Amino acid sequence: MAAMDDKIRKAGRHTSQSEGLIFEKSAPGKRGIELPPLDVPAVDAQKELGAAQARKAVEGFPEVSEIEVIRHFTRLSTWNYAIDLGMYPLGSCTMKYNPRVNEHVARLEGIATEHPFQPAALSQGCLKILQTLQDCLLEITGMDAVTLQPAAGAQGELTGLLLIRAYLESQGNPRRKVLIPDSAHGTNPATAVIAGYEVENIRSESHGQIDVEKLRELVTEDVAALMITNPSTLGIFEERIAEIAEILHSRGALLYMDGANMNALAGIARPGEFGVDVMHLNLHKTFSTPHGGGGPGAGPVAVKKVLEPFLPVPVLVSKPDGSLALDFNRAKSIGRVRAFSGNFGVLVRALAYTLAYGPGIRQATEDAVLNANYIRKGLEGAFDLPYALPSMHEVVFSDARQKKNGVNTMDIAKRLIDYGFHPYTTAFPLIVPGAMMIEPTESESKEECDLFIEAMRAIAEEAATTPQLVKTAPHSTRVGRLDEVTAARKPILRWKPKTSPEAAD
Amino acid sequence: MAYPTTFRYTKEHEWIEVKGDTGTVGITDYAQHELGDVVFVELPKAGAKLKAGQSFGTVESVKAVSEIYSPVSGDIVETNGALANEPEKINQDPHGAAWLVKVKLSNPGDLASLMDAASYEAYVAEKQKETSA
Amino acid sequence: MRYLPKSPSERREMLEAIGARSIEELFQSIPERVRLKQPLHLPGPLSEMEIIDYFRARAAENSVGYTSFLGAGVYNHLRSVVTDALMLRGEFLTSYTPYQAEISQGTLQAIFEFQTLMCQLTGQEVANASMYDGSTALTEAALMAERLTGRHRVVVARSVHPEYREVLATYARNAGLQIDEIPFAESGEVDAAAARAAVSAETAALVVQSPNFFGVLEQVPQLAEIAHAREALLIVTITEAVSLGAVRPPTEADIVAMEGQSFGLPPSYGGPFVGVIATKEKFVRQMPGRLAGQATDNAGRRGFVLTLATREQHIRREKATSNICTNQALCALAATIHLCLLGKEGLKELAAQNLAKARFAAAELAKIPGVRRAFSAPTFNEFVIELPRSVKMVNAELLRDKIIGPLPLGPFYSELTKRGLVCVTETTSRAEIERFAAALRRALEKPL
Repeated sequence: MAAMDDKIRKAGRHTSQSEGLIFEKSAPGKRGIELPPLDVPAVDAQKELGAAQARKAVEGFPEVSEIEVIRHFTRLSTWNYAIDLGMYPLGSCTMKYNPRVNEHVARLEGIATEHPFQPAALSQGCLKILQTLQDCLLEITGMDAVTLQPAAGAQGELTGLLLIRAYLESQGNPRRKVLIPDSAHGTNPATAVIAGYEVENIRSESHGQIDVEKLRELVTEDVAALMITNPSTLGIFEERIAEIAEILHSRGALLYMDGANMNALAGIARPGEFGVDVMHLNLHKTFSTPHGGGGPGAGPVAVKKVLEPFLPVPVLVSKPDGSLALDFNRAKSIGRVRAFSGNFGVLVRALAYTLAYGPGIRQATEDAVLNANYIRKGLEGAFDLPYALPSMHEVVFSDARQKKNGVNTMDIAKRLIDYGFHPYTTAFPLIVPGAMMIEPTESESKEECDLFIEAMRAIAEEAATTPQLVKTAPHSTRVGRLDEVTAARKPILRWKPKTSPEAAD
Repeated sequence: MAYPTTFRYTKEHEWIEVKGDTGTVGITDYAQHELGDVVFVELPKAGAKLKAGQSFGTVESVKAVSEIYSPVSGDIVETNGALANEPEKINQDPHGAAWLVKVKLSNPGDLASLMDAASYEAYVAEKQKETSA
Repeated sequence: MRYLPKSPSERREMLEAIGARSIEELFQSIPERVRLKQPLHLPGPLSEMEIIDYFRARAAENSVGYTSFLGAGVYNHLRSVVTDALMLRGEFLTSYTPYQAEISQGTLQAIFEFQTLMCQLTGQEVANASMYDGSTALTEAALMAERLTGRHRVVVARSVHPEYREVLATYARNAGLQIDEIPFAESGEVDAAAARAAVSAETAALVVQSPNFFGVLEQVPQLAEIAHAREALLIVTITEAVSLGAVRPPTEADIVAMEGQSFGLPPSYGGPFVGVIATKEKFVRQMPGRLAGQATDNAGRRGFVLTLATREQHIRREKATSNICTNQALCALAATIHLCLLGKEGLKELAAQNLAKARFAAAELAKIPGVRRAFSAPTFNEFVIELPRSVKMVNAELLRDKIIGPLPLGPFYSELTKRGLVCVTETTSRAEIERFAAALRRALEKPL
């Protein structure tokens, strides 16, 4: 077990080195950036703005040198796990390789430097990027129109539901309810409420699929839509998707698809061809844009023709002279969901990714599904598999066997850290008690998959023979399990200077 | 922990002890155990109206939120202020110091549908069998 | 394909281990009639060199070589190369949301530092780990005020960024939140009398921007008093965060919704940026988004964790404070690094330079016959000028000199035709400012 000595003053092994907060290194007179000299007459801010509006300085702001900033953040970075280091088997997160060329092109002068309000004549390059990405996403999804404005999947979900509402309103009745499977990601019900709908949960049947007979009962004139994830959060394709779509459409309701699991479908099947009316994509999942510790992402929304008039404004259009422009004049639009044109830098990265593969995108999907099934085969003997239908790009096990020794999914996940992996998704989807949701993605080699299988099997063995080792994991990290209870009871959410009584130390 | 015989219990794991026309309401030991370490309690102020069977607040652990359902209808006369700073009391003393609210009953008939200690203990035993299956 | 680490023989081995004869077998659960039989029609595949060429070609079709005087919510500011050097470290760039705290301490400590910096800047007590951008931060702040007060109206100043107001309107319509708009006065500030009249016992919040869309500084203490007199909250939104280096923070506000793009993020045609919500501690449980909190482990070591997660969608689901999941973490990291580099004195000096450049530009433009300064109240680095002819037509002339001129206000405010919004930052040289003034003078001298 690695011991970490807080008293080490000089940098030691990176996992054991102490690194305080940047504020704790601060001292007056240090600078990290020196500005070029002012080439216009200086003004006195106090005089210019008046005493009532002027500020002397930001109290408590750090004062450190460039080298200290470099060392501070470099050291912090060494405490993180990352895709560049190894697999994240997180279900439905699609933690695939973030290609470096994407970072390069997003930073090009003429790409990173453009202002959203500059004239269209000086933005044709940006607009072409948007147009090309739109075309690619439509080809991949089999839908008719798309907006690139939403900043993340959850915002895409909201946009989708607002489009549904606007469409149904134009038909005379926006309706009251949205049906959501109990296996859905938390953003689905949260979003439905923000869109002004009531949530009605629909339970999955014994195979983990949508209960089609129950659906038949539940879809009334009050139901606006069903939000599905396909493949489901169990990694299983909804085999009766055609019937599901038919039931909804016959009663005037729509089918929304959460595109989080698109990594199982790109190049293989198109949601527009199996009855989906509106869906979002997570560019930070399927399309390789980096998670960066939690974001940014982008959540484009693709729709069938009937929803196109309601898309967020502005919409990209071609002018008679062949140039591209943004059209703000859209009477039926639901409005904007975000200022400017969306997370453009993320869109650039997604396009770079798509261009790298071209039609070969299918190979990535095949490898993703291959990896997931290979891991499923490798772990079937050691862990309980609650739903046995064929897996696509992810597989969900449960801790049922290990629970008998008091070892649960969270413990197994923490022990996996000691084996050099990031945990899989614990305790989700909710329909599987003690869930272990595993999605390797196509970025993992056979070697990495084998190492993962070995590690998980070893932990299953430990759970049976030395459960305490698993229950007290991880043992090899810089910090052990943190006291989340006290952190929630008495939250300390910022650093304060030592002079204040509630100072964080 | 034994379940006090002077209390009545709900299927949602709340208890109520009635003295005269006022009842003291809390959540049971089983509930706090299922929840884990309590970090926060959200309760309405005195004067708020309760309806039997309806949610009137929440109890939170780090990873979960549970609704608290009122066993009876009536008006809240007092809320336990100590829980704001010491939510852990709910784990330590769920049947005593961690009472949640005191309510003036508007319909004593509500009590008839609640379980007594023996029935509640049997109910909980069944639940424990289910979860460990 | 270079992103796929498998050889054909490994694929075969793996299929064998699974017991499948071909990869197609693994897709049997998809109904046959929807399984694609042909490859998709997509451009590519492109090599790395070809991808770079593609985007270089797109870059050449944009505004390289032009000098811009645009602001209006997106600002050209200096960026240190140190920021990218650190952000591009794989451990930051390619890491996941820090749900597993033990192996995400780098991200979590950086978030904690970000939260602290945002509090220091805005004069508030607690800040979250980011929202998508300023416009959605403002929207979430309004929804937060609705939850906190139980009231369903917000009074919004017209001088708040037009696109921010559009986003707010989209969300408000579906949340049953009514928007009451109030005008700006001749000075360019919020019409205080109108605010006083509009804020009622049904108002959840008074929403203003400072510096506002016209670059004008608002009188925050007075507006706070107006809101609080009716027990409404004051929400202040800030689009130009560098202003906080010279302008007093809105400490009287109950919620600050800020755009942090000015701190180390390039304009990038509108995103990704970084929204900030900062507020008083007593409101923290209604605050959306992630929060990093300090914690200790079993050996007493300090660490950081995501905390108060019960506010969020993955636990609270339909009762969550917001549906936000993915935020702008990497952008927040860039802002954190940038602010640490700038530091206390650097930010102060940067803000002073912005003020100086804008004052110089305003003085130069004022010398031009026909150009008038609109709005009399103090500004930071943006200001509005009034021209004797259409701003669009003048801008068309300026483009010939490779200058992107002031943002015409007419499309946003129909009563403000012939007015344009000028932004000058530390990145615009004196020579370019003088060149702009000369070109504008020439443009106005041209016969119509």
